[in-house]
Amino acid sequence: MKILRSILSDDLPRSRWLTLVLLAILIGLAVAPFAFPGAKSLNVAARICVFIVLAASFDLLLGYTGIVSFAHTMFFGIGAYGVAIALTKLGASWTSVAIGVGSGLALAIVLAVLIGLFSLRLRTIFFAMITLAVASAFAILASQLSDITGGEDGLNYRLPELLRPSFRPWEGMTGRLIDYYIVYGVSLALVLGLLRIVNSPFGSVLMAIRENPFRAEAIGYRTVVYRTLASCIAAAAAALAGALLALWSAQASPDTTLSFDIMVDILLMVVIGGMGTIYGPAIGAVVLVLAQNYLQALLGDRWLLWLGVAFILCVYFFPTGIVGRLRRR
Amino acid sequence: MKRDYLPLLLIPALAAAAFPLVGSWSSWVTLSVAGLAMGLMIFIMASGLTLTFGLMDVLNFGHGAFIAIGAFVAASVMLALGTWMGADSLWLNLAAIGLAILAAMAVSGGLGLAFERVIVRPVYGQHLKQILVTTGGLIVAEQLLKLIWAPDQITLTRPAALRGAILLGDVAIEKYRLLAMAVGLVVFAALTLTLARTRIGLLIRAGVENGEMVESLGYRIRRLFVGVFVVGSALAGLGGAMWGLYQETITAAIGAQVIVLVFIVIIIGGLGSVGGCFVGAILVGLTANYIGFLAPKVALGSNILLMALILLWRPQGLYPVAKR
Repeated sequence: MKILRSILSDDLPRSRWLTLVLLAILIGLAVAPFAFPGAKSLNVAARICVFIVLAASFDLLLGYTGIVSFAHTMFFGIGAYGVAIALTKLGASWTSVAIGVGSGLALAIVLAVLIGLFSLRLRTIFFAMITLAVASAFAILASQLSDITGGEDGLNYRLPELLRPSFRPWEGMTGRLIDYYIVYGVSLALVLGLLRIVNSPFGSVLMAIRENPFRAEAIGYRTVVYRTLASCIAAAAAALAGALLALWSAQASPDTTLSFDIMVDILLMVVIGGMGTIYGPAIGAVVLVLAQNYLQALLGDRWLLWLGVAFILCVYFFPTGIVGRLRRR
Repeated sequence: MKRDYLPLLLIPALAAAAFPLVGSWSSWVTLSVAGLAMGLMIFIMASGLTLTFGLMDVLNFGHGAFIAIGAFVAASVMLALGTWMGADSLWLNLAAIGLAILAAMAVSGGLGLAFERVIVRPVYGQHLKQILVTTGGLIVAEQLLKLIWAPDQITLTRPAALRGAILLGDVAIEKYRLLAMAVGLVVFAALTLTLARTRIGLLIRAGVENGEMVESLGYRIRRLFVGVFVVGSALAGLGGAMWGLYQETITAAIGAQVIVLVFIVIIIGGLGSVGGCFVGAILVGLTANYIGFLAPKVALGSNILLMALILLWRPQGLYPVAKR
């Protein structure tokens, strides 16, 4: 119990139902390759892992620091393209993966610092607008510079040999499975890392800034520094999520990494799941990715309309989302 | 109050700086006119947004939806009036466009009223929720657009009288750009005159300075705000209609494309300032056209750079609104 407490950074689910749901996600994803065989369900499971990280890192900004960034997909895309470009240009080796992840992370953090210093000094509404502008410029740039990024079509490349479907070290084990468990393990570690950050003294300062930036400043915390740091951490986590996606899907394109639709998805995940809880966005990510892959046929084209309505209702009536509802019982 | 003309000087400075780079006189004039026309269209769309922000501290991320709706309504009306549009008379063409624009403004203004009541009103004073809820409104509105007008794009052709260019010596100026400039200047003049010379304008300016004071003097600033919101939405519809006719193809993503430029403009101008919005819009339009000519691949990036440079010079934008 004590170990569990320290793994979860003393931030327990605090609700029986929430615990059950989280356990179901944790175990379900762990056994997904065996419980739900098939290429599609494995793909869905991997996407869920990636989006859990992406949504949880966005929650660090939206839920804990109280700032809205529309550039989260940009950092996601930087991570994905970092790995994709390195694997395309330098060949399918682990060194190129490391170079790709490293340069993607570095670029994401530098950009996050720049945007933060430019816009977080003033008001958070500036940040929202500037991130939107920068992110869309970046998306257009990525589709224009087709020599490097492959343009609208994106990049298709070979993964290191260990991760290829054709790699079969023994019966029943394939490169795909190894790849999946890398994605799963890294995602889990990143989510636990984020949980650690929001429950640290640093996280408390972020929440103080969210509640009352003026008072936080008066107590002696430089809000600009803390907000910029938070946006750097979130950007780094998003870039890592992007790198995971690139390592999984062996392709990167503007549609799958940079588009505004993905930004909308992340917003929906975080708000519907529950802002400021880390667990909420994880649940939101599971719900949304499952719905996208299996319910879309059922609900037809209008499902995004209903999700949009649900989103608005959530902001008004259940600002703490699914997790807030579960915890209230 | 001392007038601050420095930002205004940026416009000729930018145009002059671009001249040696562009090289030829005729393409420089063509580009400048194109930039002014584009800037004025963006100004039409951005003015409403910056006013609502100045007056009530509400930033509507769903503003792009009104732009898109304006474009779609105008396109539908123009398609329905196909015979007028195809006619050989300039006046019939202009009448069709005028009707289309009126319809666009009416529909987006009406939607603005509903949007204010349902979406914005419950979240006054809460920025985070405003951003979230208006983004939600944008998602819903965009889906509704796709539902009504089907997901594919509408292609519009401009009427014969507004196609092609006027030749002045060796300088070619597209006719439609002149119309866009005229409409933009009329909107700017009407807005400035209303703000500077009428009672309503006085109240709006007072409201921007200090809303509580205006309220305590017995004016219902809420009602004023609803009015400004509706006018702002209608202007977005007007701008969307003009933009759609300029691009000649209309997709559901039109709002999302333009809103980025609109945001850059109101950040450059200073949130809440109409004059700043005007200067910012022209700067953005000119930059987009010059850079689009010199290095097409980085056109939108150049606007971000412009924004960054201006924020380095004046962190609150060109004409910061005093209290914020």
